Amino acid sequence: MSAAFNKGLMHPAAKPLVFTTALLPFAWLFYGALTDNLGANPAEHLIRATGDWTLRFLCIVLAVTPLRVISGTPALARFRRMLGLFTYFYVVIHLLSYSWFDMGFDVPEIIKDIIKRPFILVGFSAFLLLTPLAATSFNAAIKKMGARRWQMLHKLVYLIAGLGLLHFFWMRSGKNDFAEVAVYAAILAVLLGWRLRQYLKKKRLQPTSFGREKLSK
Amino acid sequence: MLIKTHRSGFTDPVSSDITPQGIYQQRRDLIRLMAGGAAGTALAGWAGREALAQGVAKPGKLAALPGAKSGVPGAMTMEKVTDYKDVTTYNNFYEFGTDKSDPAKNAHTLVTRPWTVAVEGLVKQPKTYAIEDLIRLSAQEERIYRLRCVEGWSMVIPWVGYSLAEFIKKVEPLGNAKYVEFITLVDPKTMPFVGSRVLDWPYVEALRMDEAMHPLTLLTFGMYGEVLPNQLGAPVRLVVPWKYGFKSGKSIVKIRFTDKEPRTAWNKAAPNEYGFYSNVNPGVDHPRWSQATERRIGEDGLFAKKRKTLMFNGYEAQVGQLYAGMDLKKNY
Repeated sequence: MSAAFNKGLMHPAAKPLVFTTALLPFAWLFYGALTDNLGANPAEHLIRATGDWTLRFLCIVLAVTPLRVISGTPALARFRRMLGLFTYFYVVIHLLSYSWFDMGFDVPEIIKDIIKRPFILVGFSAFLLLTPLAATSFNAAIKKMGARRWQMLHKLVYLIAGLGLLHFFWMRSGKNDFAEVAVYAAILAVLLGWRLRQYLKKKRLQPTSFGREKLSK
Repeated sequence: MLIKTHRSGFTDPVSSDITPQGIYQQRRDLIRLMAGGAAGTALAGWAGREALAQGVAKPGKLAALPGAKSGVPGAMTMEKVTDYKDVTTYNNFYEFGTDKSDPAKNAHTLVTRPWTVAVEGLVKQPKTYAIEDLIRLSAQEERIYRLRCVEGWSMVIPWVGYSLAEFIKKVEPLGNAKYVEFITLVDPKTMPFVGSRVLDWPYVEALRMDEAMHPLTLLTFGMYGEVLPNQLGAPVRLVVPWKYGFKSGKSIVKIRFTDKEPRTAWNKAAPNEYGFYSNVNPGVDHPRWSQATERRIGEDGLFAKKRKTLMFNGYEAQVGQLYAGMDLKKNY
């Protein structure tokens, strides 16, 4: 079954299909904004919905590698970059919605607001950290940086996930309402926990080579 | 056949299928303006279309509760009344969920008859009122108030009720009564979220006696000429237009007169964020956000700048003297 799945993922239509699907939330929100169908407070709806979708795409992109390894479908790796870029796409829309619809692009006001509200500062930091990852999402960048350094840079995504979650937690803490935050926290904990386990396993398998290398220096 | 006739199966569209000229013209203007890079003004106008379509007509959803136009100074703002749909689908009523669309979905379970309101504490005659008697206690008035939520949005709502002062005069509080406490319903059977630990239930609010006696403080039974919808606090709630919305308790079951300042629900939950007074004040920010501006629901479109919040929500002329000499930064 896994082989068939893998084959399906290699189909030339698979990438355009995933691309279109990932664009659907945006299309839906855009249509809602044009037709005035986003409820009583469309600005708030847009800001929250784009934030939600950023977190969701972050979870999806972080699920790619565990799924690939566990299910033995190497073809999943083809979608990681695109999904990562969609995470960035939604966070950009999120930040734009806030700056435009909430703050009217009033830069001094935005700066004041970011300082006043630590949860926005945390979210903004996550956005800043995500920017170099998005900017190095093409083959030439990997070549130029070298795979090792590129990978190190992209490990930042774990920190970004933590900041994103904190941003959401802090935002919801005003209402003491953590049910949804807990869902994202659980998903991220599983996805990052799996990586930690893999890392520890690998370390246990070859503990000496690393140590010897250190000694010889 | 290229040209279809009735005989070859062509049927005229029904009139409801045809987009009115005004609307498609606006769509075209919108597209044109967007192409010109002026999307902001276009969408603001788009939202304004809603404004032209509405009046303060009865929505025809619930039992009628007419009120005579109020003569109380400041009670009839001339501002555009918010759309009934927006007022009834965008609510904070945490007993029915913390999302603002939750109360409209969940509050249908609220049982509003029979309903009683108990009067307790420092009064000559502690008594329990049936809701029917409470409604008849004084003449119903229509009052169009601004409502400013502590979260930074506002509405304009035509409430129906009478001054709480009328009621207080009837129950005759004792001389040492300094505060009025409003205790609202907590019923786990009909309120799905009172099991959550978001707030310390029941939701309790309170006013100083002079605030409670102010003619603008409204004991409210209806809105838009009809009885209150459940999600707005049926069958009886308070409306204190110069304070943030959360000061106006919904679905009240008990009114208690005390000599000590009561601990109120949000004050208990976050004392540094929500003070006892919670008067609308653009000069005193919430610790986590600015209170200088607000978004008028249904009116300030996506691209419109938020409007300036007014001191005491614009009721300074009427209520300012209640706080003369008080430091409102300390007594937030």
